[in-house]
Amino acid sequence: MSRAADDLKDFQRFRPKKLPVEEPLAPGHRACQGCGEVLALRQVMKALGNNVIVVSATGCMEIISSAYPQSAWRVPWLHVAFENAAAVASGVEAAHKAMIRKGRIEDKNTTFLAIAGDGGTADIGLQALSGAMERGHNFIYVCLDNEAYMNTGIQRSSSTPYGAGTTTSPPGKKSIGQETWKKNMAAIAAAHDIPYVATGSPAYYIDLMNKAKKASLVKGPAYLHLFSPCPTGWRCAVEDAVQTGRLVVQTKIFPLYEVIDGQYRLSRKVKKPKPVSEYFKLQRRFRHLTEEDIALIQERVDREYDRLLELCGIAPEE
Amino acid sequence: MAKRVGIEVSLAVSEAVKLANVDVVAAYPITPQTHIVEHLSELVADGDLDAEFIPVESEHSAMSTCCGSSAAGARTYTATSSQGQALMLEICYIAPALRLPIVMSVANRSLSGPISIWNDHSDMMMSRDTGWIQTVAENGQEAFDLTLHAFRVAEDPRVLLPVINNLDGFTLTHVIEPIEILDQEEVDRYLPPYQPQMRLDPENPISIGPVGMPEVFTEAKKAQDEAIKNAKSVIIEAWQEFGDLFGRYYKPVETYRTDGAETLLVTMGSLSETAMTAVDQMRANGKDVGLVRIRLFRPFPFEEFLEAVAGAKQIAVMDRALGLNGAGGPLATEVKAALYDVPERPYIWNYVAGLAGRDVTIENFVEMADGVEAAAADGLPAGYTMINVRE
Ligand SMILES: Cc1ncc(C[n+]2csc(CCOP(=O)(O)OP(=O)(O)O)c2C)c(N)n1
Ligand code: SF4
Ligand SMILES: [Mg+2]
Repeated sequence: MSRAADDLKDFQRFRPKKLPVEEPLAPGHRACQGCGEVLALRQVMKALGNNVIVVSATGCMEIISSAYPQSAWRVPWLHVAFENAAAVASGVEAAHKAMIRKGRIEDKNTTFLAIAGDGGTADIGLQALSGAMERGHNFIYVCLDNEAYMNTGIQRSSSTPYGAGTTTSPPGKKSIGQETWKKNMAAIAAAHDIPYVATGSPAYYIDLMNKAKKASLVKGPAYLHLFSPCPTGWRCAVEDAVQTGRLVVQTKIFPLYEVIDGQYRLSRKVKKPKPVSEYFKLQRRFRHLTEEDIALIQERVDREYDRLLELCGIAPEE
Repeated sequence: MAKRVGIEVSLAVSEAVKLANVDVVAAYPITPQTHIVEHLSELVADGDLDAEFIPVESEHSAMSTCCGSSAAGARTYTATSSQGQALMLEICYIAPALRLPIVMSVANRSLSGPISIWNDHSDMMMSRDTGWIQTVAENGQEAFDLTLHAFRVAEDPRVLLPVINNLDGFTLTHVIEPIEILDQEEVDRYLPPYQPQMRLDPENPISIGPVGMPEVFTEAKKAQDEAIKNAKSVIIEAWQEFGDLFGRYYKPVETYRTDGAETLLVTMGSLSETAMTAVDQMRANGKDVGLVRIRLFRPFPFEEFLEAVAGAKQIAVMDRALGLNGAGGPLATEVKAALYDVPERPYIWNYVAGLAGRDVTIENFVEMADGVEAAAADGLPAGYTMINVRE
């Protein structure tokens, strides 16, 4: 088995002043103003360049980029259905393997990328994803996590955070909103013992792009879980999307890390964490939360973060 | 040179897939399809077939993987049955819309519930409106031949549609028959290497599967409708060429002793062979009965069917599936629709038989022929009977 660490030996970081000029995902698509999901996707595509084949799940990114006869895709792109991006990508990858081996096409070291929302990943597409990771296809799977089914009108998913209001987890006299804690998809991917897993946020775009690049360099499955602020679904100001993506990291709610060959590595240590309330403040989906609710969430966030530090071999600060 | 060997029909189908030199097989096991994919994985493991065998985690992923593989330009194959096909059905609608020439064998089996592994045509009927071309094999040789025909038709640039070849579970899949296995050189003469019209290629980027807004959806469907209608002539041409090369000719609708027959039986699949024996017996007893077998189920061969039944007074249509619409079986509904515009149409009675492996005997076919004649003579309004029901 080739180890991811070996594959990444010659990895070169992106530098802010020397970002690639290519935009494999063209501007002029139909995403909402301030969409952080398409921003994250754009960063992934910039990092990967043009030698890539994209398989998209049904969801916001598919709808906004492909209304026939227009397409925002300058690279080959395939959409089949909602829950099967990982399986479709398995087929694309295997087909290339066979055709290259049989001398029918040249090996151009093309990257195979599957993209899906949190619903298409953590809920309905989890089985197909697990199967593809277990089989070891050489592909990247990117979950663009905007924490609900946005395309169909902001319904909750298993990736919706505790307490958030959505159209199917509405806060009411007898409900806080979403009543379950966010599913830890990155940990589930890591449990498949794949070579590379990472989290990213478009507010930290160099970090995100580096991770996308690394994901393309490792042989075997790579999983990226990308925080994707959605002003429309989170009911925040369009100009606050990037700030939300920054605060979620600074409050330790969504820590940035990598798991390379099973080894956890923190990408960004949060030295002076902000209280979670700062993150909640900007978004109306959390506005019904009481101080007690927020205290409960803060406690959970602290605990989860410490657990992550432990996985990374870092002693939690007292 | 082709060799005649005694071989299990499932294995013969796998041998045909091997001779087609497929690039990718993605499949999930389900009885009675299992022997086909087991043998394919063996062929790959032994290096006899240079392909990627992808043991997917479900049939939904099998068909999804096939879509990805076919869109990437690879010759792609899968096989399934009943519950498996039900699980992949969502994607079965999408593959033809994307014009992906995937080939699938369906080892026909009843649909749950009650759960049963045994043979009938409910899965074939479930997928009748998906947009796949569908052929039906009657015996092992046909299962082999039609598999090669499926690749040839699917990949024809004038067609570009996926093809299902149906073969009855157990009664075909699990029996050993003498089958003429063509050699590689013969198959190569019939089936050229796959040359995709379009494929996912970074040097020539295309978008496949975009959103169809109301302004374009109807046009997309119209194009698909034209494609499957136009496919019929290619299907027939490919059968003709197969016959010219190997001496076995196939037609969308096959007839057996229909000359001068006042009463016709209509069947699909392996029970047609029992029906032929029944026809022989009835003819020997002086009864003018013939048999019409439907080999091409999709697109439905309307003209050929009307031609085959022209002049008959009454038709007994046997369905191996129940429509649960209150009017019997789906094949009879189809046949009635085909005959609606014919001024002198024959009388029709529908028999639902052979559900989930229930035997259908020679006597049953005699019973059907007698039954439709009696019903016609009594002037009963057209109806249906489930036969061999224990009450
Ligand atoms: C089998 C199936 N079930 C439901 C849907 C409806 N549907 C389409 S997109 C979507 C939600 C997408 O949510 P997510 O994956 O999180 O992506 P987002 O739109 O939020 O980016 C749903 C429920 C569908 N297309 N297919
Ligand atoms: S709903 Fe949200 S994720 Fe979807 S396009 Fe709009 S802002 Fe982006
Ligand atoms: Mg979402």
